[in-house]
Amino acid sequence: MSTLGEKVKNIRSKNAGPFWITIDIFCGNKKVYDDICINLNNLDVANLLMIDSKNLKRFEIENLKVIKFSFPRNIIQGNIYDRDMHGAQLGILLSEMSY
Amino acid sequence: MKSTKVLVPSGVLGLGFDLKALNTGIKNKPDIIAIDGGSTDSGPFSLGSGTSKYSRAAVKEEWKSLMKAREQAKIPLIIGSCGTCGTDSMVDWMEEITIELAKELNQNLKIAKLYCEQQKHYIKINYKNNKISSLNPAPHLNLSLIDEMTHIVALAGAEQIHECFKTGADIILAGRTSDTAIISALPLMKGADPGASWHGAKIAECGALCSSNPTSGVVLVEFDEFGFNVEAMSKNAFCTPDTVAAHMLYENADPFILLEPGGYMNVTNACYYPINSSKVRVEGATWHPSKNYNVKLEGARIVGYQTSLLVLLRDHYYVKNVIEWTEKLSNFMKKEIKLRMKLDISDYCLDFRHIGMNSTLGDLEKKEGNPVEIGVLCIVTSKNNNISTEIAKLINPFLLHFPLTVNEELPTFAFPYSPVHSDRGCVYEFSLNHLLQLNNPMDAFQIQISEV
Repeated sequence: MSTLGEKVKNIRSKNAGPFWITIDIFCGNKKVYDDICINLNNLDVANLLMIDSKNLKRFEIENLKVIKFSFPRNIIQGNIYDRDMHGAQLGILLSEMSY
Repeated sequence: MKSTKVLVPSGVLGLGFDLKALNTGIKNKPDIIAIDGGSTDSGPFSLGSGTSKYSRAAVKEEWKSLMKAREQAKIPLIIGSCGTCGTDSMVDWMEEITIELAKELNQNLKIAKLYCEQQKHYIKINYKNNKISSLNPAPHLNLSLIDEMTHIVALAGAEQIHECFKTGADIILAGRTSDTAIISALPLMKGADPGASWHGAKIAECGALCSSNPTSGVVLVEFDEFGFNVEAMSKNAFCTPDTVAAHMLYENADPFILLEPGGYMNVTNACYYPINSSKVRVEGATWHPSKNYNVKLEGARIVGYQTSLLVLLRDHYYVKNVIEWTEKLSNFMKKEIKLRMKLDISDYCLDFRHIGMNSTLGDLEKKEGNPVEIGVLCIVTSKNNNISTEIAKLINPFLLHFPLTVNEELPTFAFPYSPVHSDRGCVYEFSLNHLLQLNNPMDAFQIQISEV
């Protein structure tokens, strides 16, 4: 079973202000982009991130071959239970998900 | 119309940039040098405490290079969000550094300071008058929450920077400002296309992050009435349509829309064309003014005082059973804290993290490894510094010697340093994600002029 990270060019995540996190999936080419647009569903991503899928925003940016997910942080940046202030390690979960 | 050129030396002052690239930038005859001083990205401590994330030495050295470049080019130099958080104290801190450097460099300067910090009573009046609205998601605002905040700032936009330009200052030291406004302000004033002015500003706000070589820092953006050109100034950096367009995604929840004071920008129809191997032309973004003039508010409050302890477990038996060990230790400590300090579990917070296991992702971690050792980080938070230190000292001997079962030899784990407990002082929390509606853009801001 291969992973999403092996399929695409790059996956990165980052804070978008203290209240949001955004994940960019750079697919690299049209074929991979089209495949992921169809086969990567929001519910699987939301379950992986333990968030309500209603709060997951999805953007498909064809000219860049990017699929982007944004969602409100469960824990505000820097709160006492926050583990990753910049949210930049979260993208690894998507990289390692089976695809 | 003559184009307007903005030279952006780096994404933030204090992170470094290529001096040769800065020099190339100056040779291109920019109309202004614009740099950011920070944002909320480093966490709530900077705003909560009103201090800079970056070292004074790094900030001063880089600011010196920029002040010399400004003197050579005879153009204005602007910094937004002074000292990471853009409080009034940080604007004054940047002024102090600027005055020291002006003396060292023998420069005569007119300095405009834009103050963006908000008084609690002013925020309360606006709250009562329904002039404050929530963004999504936002902490629930009330008067007592406003009272708890140590610093509140409003993000200035292009309008407040225009007022600074009108003073004819050589150097503008702005408090908290939208990352983009320090770049968009001049082209907007000179009649460049508003959509392009904001779009180009967003692309260049992190310096050369929109190029192939992010650490080189310096980019030049040239704005006109139809669009903008962006070019990296380092020999080893290239802007391509992909690197430029990709930057719209960065730290942006919505890749098409950017909310700014006074309206929003939409890049849905933007087109990116290569001009040569290192320069990109962009057109097509649109600007949509809003009915009301809103500025974003940021605030931080104290949530407690922290003390942390770190212990290292190398013994295979304990590494294997670390979750059970931590649960037993945690339960035991709660009883001890109740017995000896008369504190209930609601009076403090005890958090254990397992470094080497899942300390980064917590419950989200899917992988299981076979670590040779585990670091157990114990974080104590309470309402009082002394209480957190006392709890940590109470935990200390048990963290060192706690056995998994009663019938075994007392273990001794590894403490990496002495003292074992580290008082982390005050910890803060971001408490505002709101908009403040203003009748006049300058209502919540003040400008002061000084000469050196």
